[in-house]
Amino acid sequence: MSDTGLNLSPERIAYLKKVKLQKTATWLVRLLILVLIFALWELAARLKLIDAFITSQPSRMIKTLTNLYNAGDLFVHIGVTCLETIVGFIIGTLMGIFIAVLLWWSEFASRVLEPYLVVLNSLPKVALGPIFIIWIGAGPSAIIVMALAISLIVTILEMLNAFIRTDEEKIKLVETFGASRFQVFLKVVLPSNIPAMINALKVNVGLSWVGVITGEFLVSKAGLGYLIVYGGQVFQLDLVMTSVIILAIAAALMYQGVVLIEKKLVGNQAAQKHS
Amino acid sequence: MGEIVNVEKVGMKYQSLNGEINAIEDISFSVEKGEYVSIVGPSGCGKSTLLSIISGLLKATMGRVVIGGEEVLKNSDKVGYMLQKDHLFDWRTIYQNVVLGLEVRKILNDDNRRYAIELLKTYGLYEFKDKYPSQLSGGMRQRAALIRTLAVKPEILLLDEAFSALDYQTRLAVTEDIYSIIKNENKTAIMVTHDISESISMSDRVIVLSRRPAVVSSIHSIRFDCPKRTPLKCREDPNFREYFNTIWKELDVHV
Repeated sequence: MSDTGLNLSPERIAYLKKVKLQKTATWLVRLLILVLIFALWELAARLKLIDAFITSQPSRMIKTLTNLYNAGDLFVHIGVTCLETIVGFIIGTLMGIFIAVLLWWSEFASRVLEPYLVVLNSLPKVALGPIFIIWIGAGPSAIIVMALAISLIVTILEMLNAFIRTDEEKIKLVETFGASRFQVFLKVVLPSNIPAMINALKVNVGLSWVGVITGEFLVSKAGLGYLIVYGGQVFQLDLVMTSVIILAIAAALMYQGVVLIEKKLVGNQAAQKHS
Repeated sequence: MGEIVNVEKVGMKYQSLNGEINAIEDISFSVEKGEYVSIVGPSGCGKSTLLSIISGLLKATMGRVVIGGEEVLKNSDKVGYMLQKDHLFDWRTIYQNVVLGLEVRKILNDDNRRYAIELLKTYGLYEFKDKYPSQLSGGMRQRAALIRTLAVKPEILLLDEAFSALDYQTRLAVTEDIYSIIKNENKTAIMVTHDISESISMSDRVIVLSRRPAVVSSIHSIRFDCPKRTPLKCREDPNFREYFNTIWKELDVHV
């Protein structure tokens, strides 16, 4: 189906118009909600309906932001946190998928390790924080390990489950051609689980942020998590709120990055399908 | 002509924690080169197990299978398998799907590539070679799956309920289509099915298996007088009903 032809029926034109209108309306209302929240916040603070010392207020947050920028600190903090997250995310995803492959390969190993994975998965990883700090030292490495601890086990379990659930009949098909275990993986298991892998990426982005901020809460000299904890300790809610909002924007951008990767990997195929 | 497949006293016991299942017991038959043989039997009697054993995917617990004078010990190169669904991979184009077997067997050379293209051309899929499976109709997909099997040049085709996933209309057309391709390529075929009409319309012989543990309860030679035999013509033949009734009684289906 394509609308490249110019002789569209009036019904079609009306339909397309309606779809476009709905899309615009959705975006407009979304934006409106955001603007409204900040405007009400600012207004309430100015009218002293709320205590700006505790709730902060948009104008003070902008001032904080400019101060940070002028001091040259803003991008240092954002950079540190983003770097830690990206490194944690990449290592966690790659290692998780790799270990899942090994466990898929050896049924015996996965049977043996299952209870360990279950325990590690249910353990609150924050509890391991002090251990990491003492073993690795207070610094970015400990924070990255913290992010790893949170995302790795989930990735392993999720990918292993996806690998195991691969269509038996598809595996049988390549086995009728005499495929080795390695070929079964390469020709069937891996390509049929690209969607599962992208899902794991999406979950991992979120988990890596959790890990990094948790790590920065425990030990850090820079980063958004550090700013939040520091701001809390010195009762500077402006700093806390500003950092939280920067964090939200950074996390959203990174998620969009994964969506872009998804479009590149899956979109090509889908696009050709419907051409 | 001569015997190409010999199934000799094959038996299969499945082991599980809940006990032992005696799936098939002492089955012997042979298939001649170029013959089309169907295996019918009550559902769950181990028909598919038998095919897996013939192909070498499964190891029988008793007896042996000989193909072209060689005992089948592992996955046999001489055998091509057609499964219930076409199982074309969504992420590969039709051409990439068709050469999958060649890739897996590591024999994807120019000659074999040419042969695959030749098959696509002969059977009218060449212009779809760069499309994805989802863009093809059910019948075309089944044909692509058959070409994928033929591309590795098997001597014997095993069809495991190969048409049962299709709706009735498509199924009649596809059987017609696949049958003519198999005959055209002069392949030996062993087909497992639960559809008596399908087995009669396509086969030279029908082997009826008993309930589990399955043994061969009878073998029927199917002969029609029509000059150019096709499955649809066979269905119209007066002898068709007779064969059907005989095999139906033989199967002794209790609901």
